Amino acid sequence: MIFAPLLLVALLLVLPHSEPWFHAWIPTLSHPLYARTSFLALTLSHLWLVALATFVAVAIGLTLGVLATRPTGRSLLPTVRAIAVIGQTFPPVAVLAIAVPLLGFGAAPTLLALTLYGVLPVLGQTVAGLDNVSPAALHAADGMGYGRWRRLWDVELPLAAGPIMAGVRLSAIVGVGTATIGSAVGATTLGSPIVEGLVGNNTAYVVQGALLVGALALSIDGLLGSVERRIRRNRR
Amino acid sequence: MNPRALPVLVLAGIGLLCAIAFPFLYVTPNRLLSGEPHSPHVVALALSWVLLAGLGMLEVRGSRVAVALLAWALIAGLPLVAGMDARALLHATAASARVPLGAGFWLMWLAANLLLLDRLRGVRTSGRIVAWAGLFVALVAMSRAGAFESLALVREFHAQRGPFMDALLTHLSLAATTLVLALVIGAPLGWWAWRARRTDGAVVGVLAFLQTVPSLALFALLIGPFAWLARAWPALGALGFGGTGAAPAVFALVLYALLPVVRYTVAGLGAVPPDAREAARGLGMSRLQLLSRVQLPLGWPVLLAGLRIVAVQTIGLAAVATLIGAGGLGRFVFLGIGQGANDMVMLGTLAIIALALAVDLLFQAMLAFTERRS
Repeated sequence: MIFAPLLLVALLLVLPHSEPWFHAWIPTLSHPLYARTSFLALTLSHLWLVALATFVAVAIGLTLGVLATRPTGRSLLPTVRAIAVIGQTFPPVAVLAIAVPLLGFGAAPTLLALTLYGVLPVLGQTVAGLDNVSPAALHAADGMGYGRWRRLWDVELPLAAGPIMAGVRLSAIVGVGTATIGSAVGATTLGSPIVEGLVGNNTAYVVQGALLVGALALSIDGLLGSVERRIRRNRR
Repeated sequence: MNPRALPVLVLAGIGLLCAIAFPFLYVTPNRLLSGEPHSPHVVALALSWVLLAGLGMLEVRGSRVAVALLAWALIAGLPLVAGMDARALLHATAASARVPLGAGFWLMWLAANLLLLDRLRGVRTSGRIVAWAGLFVALVAMSRAGAFESLALVREFHAQRGPFMDALLTHLSLAATTLVLALVIGAPLGWWAWRARRTDGAVVGVLAFLQTVPSLALFALLIGPFAWLARAWPALGALGFGGTGAAPAVFALVLYALLPVVRYTVAGLGAVPPDAREAARGLGMSRLQLLSRVQLPLGWPVLLAGLRIVAVQTIGLAAVATLIGAGGLGRFVFLGIGQGANDMVMLGTLAIIALALAVDLLFQAMLAFTERRS
């Protein structure tokens, strides 16, 4: 899937010089090109928010998932599962909205919402992946005299890497979408041209933001998807 | 230590932390300004969490029931206490003052709910239903008696009752229309994909591709084409069909809902054992009879599980649709954010969450019912 990243790069190169085209399309607009922040800066800030939140979410989700599947933490597993299931019914917009009264406007509430929401898929998939490791593999590792942590590191996590990566991918994709909406609470992301365009009735801004964020989402999905496929293939 | 005590210890620890570190309530001079944190019961609340942890560690008969009862009392009691505090605090201030609930309240309430959920695990279904239904009845009765009238959330609800009910109805009708359309379009599509063995073909590929596009971008991109359609066919425009509003919103929501509907239809059809199909064919059933008498009854639970996911997802996504003028509960969220009215944001947000949870429960109940019958 090289198509989406190429599209993103092409858009980033072409859009800054596209004012005549948008002017020709909608002649009534006095400012047909979003100019408050450069498209490259918006893309990078969007990417940075998602990357940071996903990184923290993976760290938390993986740790909780591993702890809940160890013998001592096993009794926590139903509660962890319940949190993951109930949490998934909370819409991302709701999590974003709850973060605003706590942290005010700007990037902070978006980052908190992205992180909180991103933990759930990683946690769910880590638990599912570790739970599905075949008992035969565990017995073999025990038989070879592996300690508990070595067994986790050398056997369980590699075998569960596919589902975990699927969780990371889902977490990142939901993050890209939520960060777009985050511009409504003051974060500077690719959603900013969309929200400003919607408020100011400027269709050109909306199209510019939507094209870029669509290409960004597809690029990230394609990239993480190919990593996931590679992991699943190596497992066999 | 009893390993079953760990969830109690962890949740009671979180509760204790929230009781001490986060404010229980705020007092704000009016609905727009931010206010002072108030935590009137730190000691009592901290002691009850410590008591819960202690009860969880005890290995005597009945300690498990005691933890469940205490958690139950906290879930019912925390809102009651907050309501009484709010009344007392409002008594001493100006009429425009508001008492919103703080993070401490919400997190403790969540922890108590998770604790009860954990302790009721393994209890008979009837026992669990009695516990949760009793809680529901208790909270409704308190609300009827006016116990929560002084809380900012309830005041905001009373101030916005009319628009809120409209938004709730709009939200529900957006979600219901989407669900019906997605089922009407998606189920035949899934049936076709299953028959043609094309589950990774172009149709599913395009739907999966659309699933990745952020909702705000998809909603926004539809404004242009829909405005053009309304201009090209004025009859459509006369029906309220335009660049903004319900039409593009439902269109986008259906696009997002189609992939799970198609996938679960395929899975549901695949859940029918080939033997059952063979037997039905042997009995001389036509393809339609096979579908209606064998495949639908046997595959229905799987499809229902898919519809549950679609319904919850649609209710969440419909909150974004307000940005293209489709209305719904998202209006309260985004309008509230724009005005800096946190109570309004919370009202919209909690309503969306409650709606999603209610729909989720409804589908779970339907699933349990169909599974029991079959």
